[in-house]
Amino acid sequence: MLTISDLVVRYGAAVALDRVSLRVEREEMVALVGPNGAGKSSIVNAVSGVIPIASGTIALSGRAAQVPEGRQMFADMTVEDNLRLGAWAVKDRDVAPIYELLPDLARLRKRLSGTLSGGQQQMVAVGRALMANPDILLIDELSLGLAPLVVADLAAHLRTLNHEKGTTILLIEQEVGLAFELCERAYVLEAGRIVASGTSDELRSDPSLRDAYFGRDAESGSGPSAGEKR
Amino acid sequence: MNDIIIYLVSGLAIGCAFALVGSGFVVVHRVTRVVNFTQGTLAVFGAMISYSLLAQGLPHGLAEALAVLATGAIGLLFGLIALSRRGTPPLISLMITLGLSIFSAAVIILVWGQDPLSPPGLPGSVSIAGASIETQRLLVAVVAVVVFVGLWLFFDHSYAGKGLTAAASNPRAAALVGINVRRMGLVSFAIAGVLGGIAGVLIAPSNAMSFSSDLPLALSGFAAAVFGGLTSLWKTLIGGLVLGVAGQLVAGYLVGSYQTVIALVMMLVLMIARHRSLAVEEAK
Repeated sequence: MLTISDLVVRYGAAVALDRVSLRVEREEMVALVGPNGAGKSSIVNAVSGVIPIASGTIALSGRAAQVPEGRQMFADMTVEDNLRLGAWAVKDRDVAPIYELLPDLARLRKRLSGTLSGGQQQMVAVGRALMANPDILLIDELSLGLAPLVVADLAAHLRTLNHEKGTTILLIEQEVGLAFELCERAYVLEAGRIVASGTSDELRSDPSLRDAYFGRDAESGSGPSAGEKR
Repeated sequence: MNDIIIYLVSGLAIGCAFALVGSGFVVVHRVTRVVNFTQGTLAVFGAMISYSLLAQGLPHGLAEALAVLATGAIGLLFGLIALSRRGTPPLISLMITLGLSIFSAAVIILVWGQDPLSPPGLPGSVSIAGASIETQRLLVAVVAVVVFVGLWLFFDHSYAGKGLTAAASNPRAAALVGINVRRMGLVSFAIAGVLGGIAGVLIAPSNAMSFSSDLPLALSGFAAAVFGGLTSLWKTLIGGLVLGVAGQLVAGYLVGSYQTVIALVMMLVLMIARHRSLAVEEAK
């Protein structure tokens, strides 16, 4: 579905991504975790085509849609307008399937998106991305600035999307516990490089990774063996 | 009593013309955040081109339509120059439009000379509430209302219009959903060209235009647009009407040359008031 090989992204002289390679299979839910400034958002922005790549390849079979960091609402437009604009690149602008999947949005359809709570806006951002009928959903910081209950609700929706609709998801997340709980596989990014990858259980149970990157955040559950380190 | 009705009616008609020029400012600013100071120039181009086409023997309607299409193309060209580089700051684009306006004045002198020109318009006059008003000015008012309704339908009720607004509302989000933000900016400049052209071909039969007509037109249009916060089309229409009526009352009861001063004072007061209200909102 998505294969990134030796991707390099630069902002002027600064190297944001240094020969990053990763793979996401169809109907998979994969997490990309790492500290602030590791380059996680640069990966999704490069896949979305909104930032140029210096070298490397991004092979994507199908269409990607992004749920951007900070939600990025069209604040002075209604929820329904936000959703319909998500279908700019496709012909089908019917919002009914989104309302079926995310019923709260139907109730909020006439509200200006700028007046919604953070969790509601995140829901709109997910719905807007789904309007593009994407083959892969790129979610940048699902939980950022949201209350745990709201995050749990959003996570449940993502599970439904993945398990029942078969939507492929690449989840960028600082909350490692949430990322490992939602995704079977994960990559760990630091300073623009992939430093580890494997199943969530493997990564969670690796003491060196836990000490270096995850701390107590990843302590729910455990796995049988360490992940593949690079 | 009859005088005041004449001033009010003619003021409303002139105000519609100001609002038409102002609508161009609003359209470009809504989409790009750029204040497009070629708006007066576009009106002058519209007037001059329609004058030449009518002089060539083209019938009314066709000549004006071709002139408006031409100003749409000129507007697009101005947009290509003003937004030449991706991510050009609005202030730089504003400076570019000022430069283009000055350059255009030279082009107008070169092609049409320095003397004011006035293409023929609708002849005769009609009586409204006892006041006689030129049919051409009535036409300006009717077309302005049609244009504003059209713009409102386009921006508030069409998918393409919402895409244009989205490009300004959140350029990053717009790019992520596949909207080409720069292309939307160019479209807005083309629409502004059309609006400027409509204003020019309609105003020129009543008020002869020359290369130097762009500044008073731009000032009046900008004042109307400022009344609408450079974003609201309906408030721009109201701003234009207020300005037109105020100008005619001043010209009738005081001195005609104060009309531009009225526009400047109105703009200044509104900008100060708006700045204060924004400051209060930010403080909250």
